[in-house]
Amino acid sequence: MTTISHEPARGELVPALVEQFKGGLAAPICLTWEWTYACNLSCTHCLSSAGRRDPAELTTAEMRSVIDELRAMQVFYVNVGGGEPTVRPDFWELLDYAVASQVGVKFSTNGLRLNADRAQRLAATDYVDVQVSLDGASREVNDAVRGHGSYDMALRAMQNLAEAGFRNFKISVVMTRHNVPQLDEFAAIADRFGAQLRITRLRPSGRGADVWHELHPTDQQQREIYWWLVDHGDRVLTGDSFFHLNALGTTPLPGLNLCGAGRVVCLIDPVGDVYACPFAIHDAFRAGTVRAPGGFAEVWRSAPLFASLRTENSGGACRSCSAFSSCQGGCMAAKFFTGLPLDGPDPECVKGHGASMISGLDPGLLPQPDKDHSRRGQAVPLGIPSVRVPVKPCDSSPLAATA
Amino acid sequence: MTAPFELDLGYRLNPDVALRREPFGALAYHFGTRRLSFLKAPDLVELVCGLGAYRCVSDALAAVPDRRRGVYLRALAALAAADMIVPQREGAS
Repeated sequence: MTTISHEPARGELVPALVEQFKGGLAAPICLTWEWTYACNLSCTHCLSSAGRRDPAELTTAEMRSVIDELRAMQVFYVNVGGGEPTVRPDFWELLDYAVASQVGVKFSTNGLRLNADRAQRLAATDYVDVQVSLDGASREVNDAVRGHGSYDMALRAMQNLAEAGFRNFKISVVMTRHNVPQLDEFAAIADRFGAQLRITRLRPSGRGADVWHELHPTDQQQREIYWWLVDHGDRVLTGDSFFHLNALGTTPLPGLNLCGAGRVVCLIDPVGDVYACPFAIHDAFRAGTVRAPGGFAEVWRSAPLFASLRTENSGGACRSCSAFSSCQGGCMAAKFFTGLPLDGPDPECVKGHGASMISGLDPGLLPQPDKDHSRRGQAVPLGIPSVRVPVKPCDSSPLAATA
Repeated sequence: MTAPFELDLGYRLNPDVALRREPFGALAYHFGTRRLSFLKAPDLVELVCGLGAYRCVSDALAAVPDRRRGVYLRALAALAAADMIVPQREGAS
C-alpha cells in the first residue's frame, strides 16, 4: 500500500503501481470536467480557448445524469473547471448535487463569485475544495496574462475564503517566463491565506499555442523550477506537471512520472465530449461523448483512442536516450501542439532535443486548435491583451446579463 | 488521531472508506481525509475486506503465505496510519 504522494514504493512483490496504471483503470482517478466555455476573462494562455458559452453545453439534467454515472463508477472526486464554471446559473445546485452523491468537487475559479457569503457557505461544505487561479505574485505580472482587474479579483476571493475559515484552498499558478522569479512570493501568498500552492506547466494548448513560445520558461528557469520543487515539493502541488524535468537531477519529483492521458486522467468538456486529457482539446484526442448510448462509462472503457493510449509508448527516438526512464518522453499534448511527433521529445526536453526539432518545423503545418470559444473582436492596442471590443452582443462577457 | 498499529488488536475497514476494485487490486478513498491509497494486490484487498471477521491482525495474517506476510503486514500498518483501517472497537455499533 502506498499513497499517491509517496510513489514509487520499493521492495514490493507486485509490479510498480505506475506499470499497472499504464494498462488503464476501471475509472479515472483524475477527471477534469469543464462545466462551461463561458468566461469573464480572456487569459492569453487559456487551455480551453474559453470565452463564449457553447449553445450545446450539457443541460442541468444531463449534468446530473453524468454525476449519477460518476457515482456509480466510484469516481470519488472531480476537478471542475471551464471557462469560469461559476458563471453557470446552475453551478451551486450542481455542486450540491455532486457532493450529496459522494462525488467530491474541486473547482477552479478566477474568484468571480467568491464573495464573503459564498465563501462561508463553501467553508461549511464537506467534499468541496476551491482552486483560485493566479499567474503572477504581483498585479503587473498577473494582469498581463489574465487581464486587467484579475489580480485584485483573485486576492479578494482568497481573502474571503481565509476569513471564512476555509483552510488549505489551492492557489493555482501556471509557470511562465515572467513568474518563475516569483516562486517564493507565491509561497508567501499561500502562507498568508492558509492556502496551498499549486504550480503547473504552461502548455501550448488552446490559446496557449499562440503565446507559448514567448511565455514558456527558459532552460535556466526550468532548472530553477526543478530545484525549487526538490526543496519545497512536499508542500506544493504540481498535478504531476513537471515530470519531464526529472532528468535534471537524481531526485525524482513527487508524483507518478507518467503521462496519465486515457489511463488515469481524462476530460469531459462542456458539450459532453470526452478527451484524453485536459490539455488536448482537439479532435485528434476526442474519444467520444457522454451523450452517446452507454454514456461516459462506455467511452472510458471502450473508446479505441483510450485503448491505444493504454499500450506502451514506443518511445521512438527517445528510447535510446539516457533520460528516457526519467521523463518518459514528456507531455503528449505539448508535443502535439508544437508539431512534434508523439513518440518524439517533449518541446521542453531538458536535453534540448525538442527545441532543436521545433526550430526545423514549418509553423504553417502546426495543428490548429479546432474548438475555439474565444470571444471574437478587435484586440485594443493598449498593451493589455485581454481587452477586446465585441463585434456582436453575444460575444460580450457572459456576465453582461447577470451583472 | 490514529493509535499505533497493534498486531493483537482486531481491525476493520473504516466505514468512511470506499474501495474501488481495479485490475491491480483496489483504490481506497477516505471521504474524511480525502486521501487516496492503493491496495496493490487482489489478495490484499480480500485481506482488508475480511479483516473485521478476525479477532486480531495476527489471526488474519495466518492464512497469508509466509513469503508475503511481511509485505502485507507493512501494508496494513500503513493503512492503519492513514486511518483506512481502524480498530474494531472504535465506533463499533
